[in-house]
Amino acid sequence: MKKSNIIMLLAAILPLGLFLFPLWKITLEAPQYPTPLGMYIYINDFADANPHDIKNINLMNHYVGMKYIPEAIPEFKIFPAGILVTTVIGLIIAFKGNYKWFLYWFILMIVLSSAGLYDFYLWEHDYGHNLDPRAIMKFTNPDGTQMGFQPPLFGTKDILNFRAHSYPRLGAYFLALGIGTSLIAYLVGKKNHKKYSDV
Amino acid sequence: MKNILKSIAALVTVLIAFTSCNDTKKSDSKSGALASNVAEKVYVAPGEHDEFYAFISGGFSGQLSVYGLPSGRLFKVIPVFSQDAEKAWGYNEETKPMLETSHGFVPWDDAHHPDISQTAGEIDGRWVFINGNNTPRIAKVDLSTFETTEIIEIPNSAGNHSSSFVTENTEYVVAGTRFSVPIPQRDMPIKDYKGNFKGSLTFISVEPEHGHMDIKFQLIMPGFDYDLSHPGRGKSHGWFFFTTYNTEEASTLLEVNASQNDKDFIAAVNWKKIEEYVNNGGGTMMPANYAHNVYDESTHMATSTLKKEVLTVNPLDVPGAVFLLPTPKSPHGCDVDPTGEYIVGNGKLSANLTVHSFTKMLDAIENEKFAGDAYGIPILNFEDVLAGSVEQPGLGPLHTEFDGKGNAYTTFFISSEVVKWKLGTWEVVDRQPCYYSVGHLMIPGGNSQKPWGKYVVAMNKITKDRYLPTGPEVTQSAQLYDISGEKMELLLDFPTIGEPHYAAGCPADLIKPRSKKLFPLEENNHPYAAKSEADTKVVRDGNIVHVYMTMIRSHFAPDNIEGVKVGDKVYFHVTNLEQDYDVPHGVSMIGANTSELLIMPGQTETFLWEPKQEGVWPFYCTDFCSALHQEMQGYVRVSAANANTPLKWSLGEDIE
Repeated sequence: MKKSNIIMLLAAILPLGLFLFPLWKITLEAPQYPTPLGMYIYINDFADANPHDIKNINLMNHYVGMKYIPEAIPEFKIFPAGILVTTVIGLIIAFKGNYKWFLYWFILMIVLSSAGLYDFYLWEHDYGHNLDPRAIMKFTNPDGTQMGFQPPLFGTKDILNFRAHSYPRLGAYFLALGIGTSLIAYLVGKKNHKKYSDV
Repeated sequence: MKNILKSIAALVTVLIAFTSCNDTKKSDSKSGALASNVAEKVYVAPGEHDEFYAFISGGFSGQLSVYGLPSGRLFKVIPVFSQDAEKAWGYNEETKPMLETSHGFVPWDDAHHPDISQTAGEIDGRWVFINGNNTPRIAKVDLSTFETTEIIEIPNSAGNHSSSFVTENTEYVVAGTRFSVPIPQRDMPIKDYKGNFKGSLTFISVEPEHGHMDIKFQLIMPGFDYDLSHPGRGKSHGWFFFTTYNTEEASTLLEVNASQNDKDFIAAVNWKKIEEYVNNGGGTMMPANYAHNVYDESTHMATSTLKKEVLTVNPLDVPGAVFLLPTPKSPHGCDVDPTGEYIVGNGKLSANLTVHSFTKMLDAIENEKFAGDAYGIPILNFEDVLAGSVEQPGLGPLHTEFDGKGNAYTTFFISSEVVKWKLGTWEVVDRQPCYYSVGHLMIPGGNSQKPWGKYVVAMNKITKDRYLPTGPEVTQSAQLYDISGEKMELLLDFPTIGEPHYAAGCPADLIKPRSKKLFPLEENNHPYAAKSEADTKVVRDGNIVHVYMTMIRSHFAPDNIEGVKVGDKVYFHVTNLEQDYDVPHGVSMIGANTSELLIMPGQTETFLWEPKQEGVWPFYCTDFCSALHQEMQGYVRVSAANANTPLKWSLGEDIE
């Protein structure tokens, strides 16, 4: 097996880390929560950072009319399937394909990951803006529009008494590493190809 | 400019010299707490935690208070023997059985001597035991919830005072009677006390896993007053020591008649020997009547069981198990040093402090050097067991604790001071006044092989002018001394609840990590729990109505109920659905002849309401739980006894 194919094999396997580790974490800090509330997002689940956190996030959020964080969303089926399919494709490429295919897989993964992030953004936006008209407390922005409570996609943001942090976790790093590795596989493969062509 | 700086520097130097000079003087006088370095020693910055927990008995309040040391801040009053409307202790249906006794519901007691459980001679921070003095009981407080989870009544006992001290692996918690009484109780002339009344020393086994208490045996002793006790430890593990007074066996004017003998006794009990005797079938089962009350954390309910017999042991049936050590003048405290060698008898009417040697005691027993006997129990010679005495250390010695560094600290009630002295050499090292008339004292881990000799807390009987006056009844108080150096230093006065008797303390780290934050809802096995709003309902059974109610920020479910009638007995079973730290809810009903409920997350509690008037009656949350706390309320419609209003309930919509 060529060196570049071995690297590609690694690239294809790395995203499977998403099944072991969380993709993302949202943390909510407030004076009343010396231990912040937190939620891990796995590709197939939402999980408490500490016991009962999601229940308590829901309890906080119901005052401003936000919907409960659902037990399950369709993405929990689609994302794992997507990862499995792309891994299988990656494996086939690693064993059968040449370096050009590594680049195609890389592009595929970039596109799919971006789509996933966009989907996450849409859900967050809906979660933060689609509020119950009978909400207990209604807040408006300085310009008179309804205040939204969307947590940041990436980074830190103040939302009323909470400071919300949203950052990728180990699972996301596995995915990113896998994608990056496929690019390396491509570059190594390309270099080797050139070398052989030169000979 | 330079000159000015120089002179300022010189002035400061002089001031420092003066101040430090003053400090050394002050530490010998009573105003040591004025020095700023003293204030720093007790200052725990906002948000910081104290280094030690102190569990201070509430005396005639019947409760146990939880303080932090060195700050002297009160964190909690744990209801034990007295009803507490704030926490619904003894008012809600779940905890009423905890205060049942063979005399019926007794809503008060006199709580004296807390002691923390031990493993291998060291404090383990799992439970605190405390005695009810008046209607003899021993309670166990679970230090994961800081709640009383078990109370056992002691039969054949009266004035349960030489209690509740634990052996070094918490094999037993021991309860000795203060009053001797007819055993079994019977109608007889009081004047026939002598020779007929008996004193019981009760050994309550503690099941190692859950701490369940059970009376293993009662030693039926001569009719003295058994005042205080402490277990042997280390080399003397397996023995228990009890001070006695009124060996004169007087039944009237004891202040005179019980102060005649030059020496009373410390009773040394080899409980291991008696345990073996009992395990081999020894002892006499005697009819008795005593309550055993157990709180189950999973059902959040207590049950009370009346037990009908108790195993008694006659000390004469177990030769070599009980000996009497003559000890001058009505000894009060009976304290054993961390090595287990020295047994201090604090002869409260004696000028000297008597210390017995365990080794010498064993030697005297082995050589059968007896001075006589009392009702067949061998009396050892005073000189044969004496390790030494502290000569004229003060007036009215009551209690002694140890710092683990070879020093002992004794309180003197009459001369109102704590005296530090050295074990072995018996020399007095230091003395500090107490304000005023000190009783017990406590060094964290004091009743164990491993005291943390950093602080001693002295608990006073009188405060007089030490605090702002509050009418004829002024606060009770404790005083904190730094004992880390050669000389003691008074750091702090702080008020206490009720009257503080003994206390028990230990490093916070032993308890803090195990302190529960909430009760998991899925582990709630209360028979009337509603674990979600979908489970809420109202059920009528004759004139008894059960309301299965829930509470969560910021509403009750249901919050409208109709169909209740005058003369009904309405049980509100209320479950707090919260699963967040420090989010209790309260509930109270207008006119209910009981207290509010204060319900912790995941817990279910019940109160009884017997509506007497037609109308629409509100209930509300009593604990400011959330921004919408004031909205957390509801109504119950009460119709006439013969009305046909259907039983209906709702949340968020009208009852049609």
